Amino acid sequence: MNILKAFAYTLILMTLSGHAVAEGDDDTWNNVLKSQFFAGKTIQETDDIISLDAPYRAEDPAIVPLRVSSRISQSQDKYIKKIWMFVDKNPLPFVGEFEFFPESGKADLALRIRVNTYSNIRAIAETNDGKLTMTKKFVKASGGCSAPVGADLDEAMKRQGKVKFRLDEIAQPGKPVLTQLMISHPNLTGMQMDQMTRFVRKSNFINELKVSFNNKQVLKAKMDIAISADPNFRFYFVPDKSGALKAEFTDISCESPISRDACNKGRSYTQNYEVIM
Amino acid sequence: MNYFFLVFGFILSQNAGAVEALTMSQIAPGIYLHQSEQYWPDRENHGEIANIGFIVGEKCVAVIDSGGSPQQGIALKKAIKQITATPICYVINTHVHPDHIYGNLAFKQSGVQFVGHYKLPRAMAVRGEHYLSNAKQTLDIHVDQDNIVPPDLTVKDSMKLELGNREILLTAHPSAHTDNDLSVYDKTTNTFWLADILFVEHIPVLDGSIKGWLSELNRLEKFHYALVIPGHGHPVKDWPAGMLPQKAYLNKLANETRKLIRQGKTLEQAVETVGLSDRNHWELFDQFHRKNVTIAFAELEWED
Repeated sequence: MNILKAFAYTLILMTLSGHAVAEGDDDTWNNVLKSQFFAGKTIQETDDIISLDAPYRAEDPAIVPLRVSSRISQSQDKYIKKIWMFVDKNPLPFVGEFEFFPESGKADLALRIRVNTYSNIRAIAETNDGKLTMTKKFVKASGGCSAPVGADLDEAMKRQGKVKFRLDEIAQPGKPVLTQLMISHPNLTGMQMDQMTRFVRKSNFINELKVSFNNKQVLKAKMDIAISADPNFRFYFVPDKSGALKAEFTDISCESPISRDACNKGRSYTQNYEVIM
Repeated sequence: MNYFFLVFGFILSQNAGAVEALTMSQIAPGIYLHQSEQYWPDRENHGEIANIGFIVGEKCVAVIDSGGSPQQGIALKKAIKQITATPICYVINTHVHPDHIYGNLAFKQSGVQFVGHYKLPRAMAVRGEHYLSNAKQTLDIHVDQDNIVPPDLTVKDSMKLELGNREILLTAHPSAHTDNDLSVYDKTTNTFWLADILFVEHIPVLDGSIKGWLSELNRLEKFHYALVIPGHGHPVKDWPAGMLPQKAYLNKLANETRKLIRQGKTLEQAVETVGLSDRNHWELFDQFHRKNVTIAFAELEWED
């Protein structure tokens, strides 16, 4: 009887752990990403510094909204310096690294990404004291007719380089203001097999972004192909007086879909937006 | 080694032989349709969820969409052989989605030309790899590059195909359901095979341009057709009335999304609120509606 019971428990445990694996394993993180990006570092898994919001199911794998919310405010003494994001099971898991400053006000960031398949998505924060914390969410990919490319490539290409800033509230001196930055760019992944020629097309994506207010940095980012077409960011900055919000970014084209060894610099873009108080 | 291949080949052909001919109904003289029930593509139905069929002329058969799995392609071919001795000359792919193209390989032989929208090869290239990599897990079928047969003939604006005392007109549409939608018009019976430009019962699925789709529906609404065949759902005999629910859904989706964008709301907020009042009007609403809102939002936020 006891043996049977033990057997039953073992079965249940096996089923449960099997399920846990299916619900988002950490293999890629443990075996590859951790040592590639954070060799020798200690990372505490907690939601105390940042938390991550993602839909449980990626309705459209080409456009999955993600939001990192900071649990501490940005001050000169203590602030979140950097946030990394990864989609474990994407062909190229690195989404981006985002630098924040005391002038950011809040190290919150909302963006849209590509999620190819069922995967854990993780965000790692580094505070100015050098401590690292990590939070993660499991996202189910949508099957059906969806694909992690934009719906209308030609429209995105026609608009390429168009930029919009939007302040979601009236800017007030000394108060963090939520800002949206929209960039029209197809952000081609280069993962794409050309049916006719059997050549793999080159990627072309926005790789660097800097946002400043009156020449003080508020956001700095390095990114890769997991960012959706028409990159869209929501973040904060603290204005002290009226002035110029400025976005500068560049795109890049790489030979291989998943290696960044051979890339050619593309175009540089600049966009200004007057903030009046 | 040779023996192995012999045996293996034998099993394969046995399997193909075991596939039953697809059930077809003649919905207009010489026009045959296999009409599917409304399902989310899964491991049970293997993605065999779309309306597919063929048109028979005196010299040629034109297949319209080959099926959602290699097996369904074989079953469709078998049905054609049972119904007519007329050779298959064309396989028309109405767009890139797997439920319309995964049967292609069954028809690949000399004398058969594959036809698609001029943007179909690119769509196959940019999406194919992703579709193929998910097929085993989501549909429980084996497919590879060979199953996605790119078109031999591409249609830029329109193209006439002569089937023998029967002419069909193919039209490449501007971005609507997808950016590579192709329709087939049969002059003889005034039948318009719209494929996924028209959804009936099944919630319309947006994967191209909501503005483009609505403007295409407004244009087509003015014409008279005896019969219009959707990619999903029952054929429409009362055009344009049978199309109006779809138009109303897309209009509401566009209008409510625009309103939220003007209010400065986010994509995340839009998927929680837009168009929910239509929930009981459509099958598979929960599976597709939020994706539709997402794609509509990403397009309309660039309107100025």
